[in-house]
Amino acid sequence: MTAPVVVHCPIEDPTALRQLQAGTPVRLSGTILTGRDAAHARLHDLIREGKPLPVDFTNQVLYYVGPAPRAPGQIVGAAGPTTASRMDPYTPELLALGLRATIGKGYRSDAVKAAMREHGAVYFGAVGGLGAILSRSIVAQRVLAFPDLGPEAIHQFEVRDFPAIVLIDALGHDFYQQNQAQYRQ
Amino acid sequence: MRELLVEQITEAVAALCREANTVLPADVYAALTKASREEASPIGQLTLTQIVENADYARAEGVALCQDGGVTIVFLDVGQEVVLRGGALDDAVNEGVRRGYQQSFLRGSMLNRPINGHNTRDNTPAILHTRLVPGERVTVTVLPKGGGGDNGSQLRMFTPAQGLPAIHDFVLDTVKTAGPGACPPLIVGIGLGGSFDSVGILAKRALLRDVGTVHPDPDIAQLEHAWLEDINRLGIGPQGYGGRVTALAVHVETYARHIASIPVAVNLQCHSARKGVRIL
Repeated sequence: MTAPVVVHCPIEDPTALRQLQAGTPVRLSGTILTGRDAAHARLHDLIREGKPLPVDFTNQVLYYVGPAPRAPGQIVGAAGPTTASRMDPYTPELLALGLRATIGKGYRSDAVKAAMREHGAVYFGAVGGLGAILSRSIVAQRVLAFPDLGPEAIHQFEVRDFPAIVLIDALGHDFYQQNQAQYRQ
Repeated sequence: MRELLVEQITEAVAALCREANTVLPADVYAALTKASREEASPIGQLTLTQIVENADYARAEGVALCQDGGVTIVFLDVGQEVVLRGGALDDAVNEGVRRGYQQSFLRGSMLNRPINGHNTRDNTPAILHTRLVPGERVTVTVLPKGGGGDNGSQLRMFTPAQGLPAIHDFVLDTVKTAGPGACPPLIVGIGLGGSFDSVGILAKRALLRDVGTVHPDPDIAQLEHAWLEDINRLGIGPQGYGGRVTALAVHVETYARHIASIPVAVNLQCHSARKGVRIL
């Protein structure tokens, strides 16, 4: 496998993002947002009602995660990816608001892939079930919105060398499809 | 007759919640280690190595293996000679879950109602399956069950004429459709027979068997073997990144059935296949 490409978050250079190819390992550094089911539903309602959002998604990277509480001495508890497809119904509207990339696990819908191509966005994969070791790449965190949702609140994570892979690139190439085909018998 | 205070069940449940969520069972750990050596795909191999590293780290630091501590499924086998005193059994189990999750900084993943609910923050209530068995012991088993695997699980009623070929396709289709969302390599728990309501519990109980164990009925053992081979030809691999190890095991548990129906439940367990048992 090739050496990981360093990606700075938020994404200040959308052109470089478009050049990442499906299957490329990356290391993410900078600040990212978190969100999962309940936060997406609330954002959707706000967008539908034409109300302002509590966070600005311009150039942001959104990590689908509901972190575990931190134990004394920890910055964050276990914080691995959740299944991205549950957020598919909400993803195109967030991409339209300037979201540049998402981090999760699992397949995405054709509608999300089309919206990603339209906006030049990328879907990164982190390995599900690695919550304990992935938390070591998160060096700071704070809640930005919806604190009443507990683990489902929108957090800001500061990450350093967070390991991921390009699952779907801005041209719509899907690493799952490409690599699984090699091992199907 | 033997008296047992339900507080002892509370303590056992609390300890099992902590242990299960931080220490990967030895059988699962061994199977993942073996798979990391045998996987043909380089990225699959790397992924399996990371999964083992995650288990080592969680154990050493006493932290959660995964942020999703799951729905806490509790199985109680209560000896008929036991009299439980000191409070309601349900309350005792839920208090154990509350203590276990809060004291060990495990995530609360339960909403108090299915619609318009709020997070209870302590992962209560548990899902409790109690049965009476001969004897004077109480066996407490805790299975923290992640959302990804359960979301990819399916239950269907088959007719005798559809038979095994259709059931085979259903099992494979379930694994294929779930894909990486269920966090492979999986343990595939299958309930075969019984009724609509009981077959799901059979499938869940199948997940409690140690990886590497074979069903005592040779017909069923043969099905487990054949279905595992076919699942591992799908190409999904660890995390869906492509590879040969899509499942570590297929466990089938069976029950008698009605002449008209073959209920089948396929319950997918992620690689973070947590479980723990205590005998009181």
